[in-house]
Amino acid sequence: MAKLVATLASTHHPFYLKATTAPPDQQMPQAPEWKRKIEAYRETLAKTKPDVLVMVGSDHFHQIFLDNCPQFLIGKASRYDATFYNEEREFGIPKYLLEGDEDMSRFMHQSLMDQNFDFAFSNELKIDHSIICPIITVRPDNDLPVVPIYTNIFAPPLHSPRRFYDLGRAIRKAIDDYPSDKRVAAIGTGHLSLELGGPRQFMETGPDPVFDRQAIEWLRAGDIDAILANVTHQSMEKSGNATHGFLNFILMLGVAGPEGADYVDNLDLFHTMEAYFTWYPKEQAA
Amino acid sequence: MSKYYVNKFLFTVDRDPEYLKRYIEDPRSFVATWEQSIGPKLLGNEMEASTVHVLTDKEREALINHDFVALFEIGAHFFLNLTLFIGIYDAPYMAKSGPLSFQREFAAKLQHWLELDYPSIAT
Ligand SMILES: [Fe+2]
Repeated sequence: MAKLVATLASTHHPFYLKATTAPPDQQMPQAPEWKRKIEAYRETLAKTKPDVLVMVGSDHFHQIFLDNCPQFLIGKASRYDATFYNEEREFGIPKYLLEGDEDMSRFMHQSLMDQNFDFAFSNELKIDHSIICPIITVRPDNDLPVVPIYTNIFAPPLHSPRRFYDLGRAIRKAIDDYPSDKRVAAIGTGHLSLELGGPRQFMETGPDPVFDRQAIEWLRAGDIDAILANVTHQSMEKSGNATHGFLNFILMLGVAGPEGADYVDNLDLFHTMEAYFTWYPKEQAA
Repeated sequence: MSKYYVNKFLFTVDRDPEYLKRYIEDPRSFVATWEQSIGPKLLGNEMEASTVHVLTDKEREALINHDFVALFEIGAHFFLNLTLFIGIYDAPYMAKSGPLSFQREFAAKLQHWLELDYPSIAT
């Protein structure tokens, strides 16, 4: 059976590449620290020597729109183009071409259906920055095949925090059951408190620094009970109108299981708290 | 009211450099063109007409005026509303007042919503 070797959950920040590759005299003061933290985080993946990446993200109205809007979707293709024109325009993210793993996509799709998750699927999926940002940060060589999974964190009504956690558990089971000797890493991105297009956007900190610190502690401890007792759609809305990206962190905790993280780091950037977590399955931990 | 149709406008313009250019240069005539021949196409199928939605006068005026405050108040999706107007105003604001100046002005113009429940973006 396939072996899960690492679960990574982080924020995605589309300006990382631009911020850290600008000429040094034009870089923001935090750029060197940001780069150091990202490179240290990258190492938590590299040392597990994965063969394939299960990537969890959320399309930001690039391919998916309100005329046809799935809650959960899995990509099933041999390749995935990535980066849309408006992402190049706004963030300066280049185009990528990712290898797919159709066999693993097919297996996971069936497994998730069998576990009662009605997944939509796509045989022609173009990937956006929710999945390209972590490629840029933790696997910039883009040398591994991926199985992309999209969640709806964007167009209400959204599934509950509990459902996201349960989906993470189901993804874990699908990986564990996959008949292959491959080493699999699961990588998902979302947000802590975040405001976009509202009165609290682009402040000195994220819109709710208290939530951000609390969320990091919950994830550090793997305390799913506290998360499910405290985090609701209403509470996330209060923390910032785009805070629902935290649902992907809850999902990734489901993949890892309710355990303390093996690696935790964060960085207080203008307008958002960045956070980086890695879990190693317990039987693998050093 | 058709939040969906407002979002469809923002979505179709944000993803197309040619539409974006026309919306910057002459928003009134572009919005008219959009209502006549771009909006009424089924997404992903150039051949098929979609007759379901129309803009209200208020929605039309908000789009013509690049009025992102009114669009927020209508309940347009925050991501589309931000991204499209960044596409239009970020560069000129940057040249004049530095990085993030447009984004901060956008936030400042919405300060009256700070303590309130925001208009619903549900469609
Ligand atoms: Fe995002």
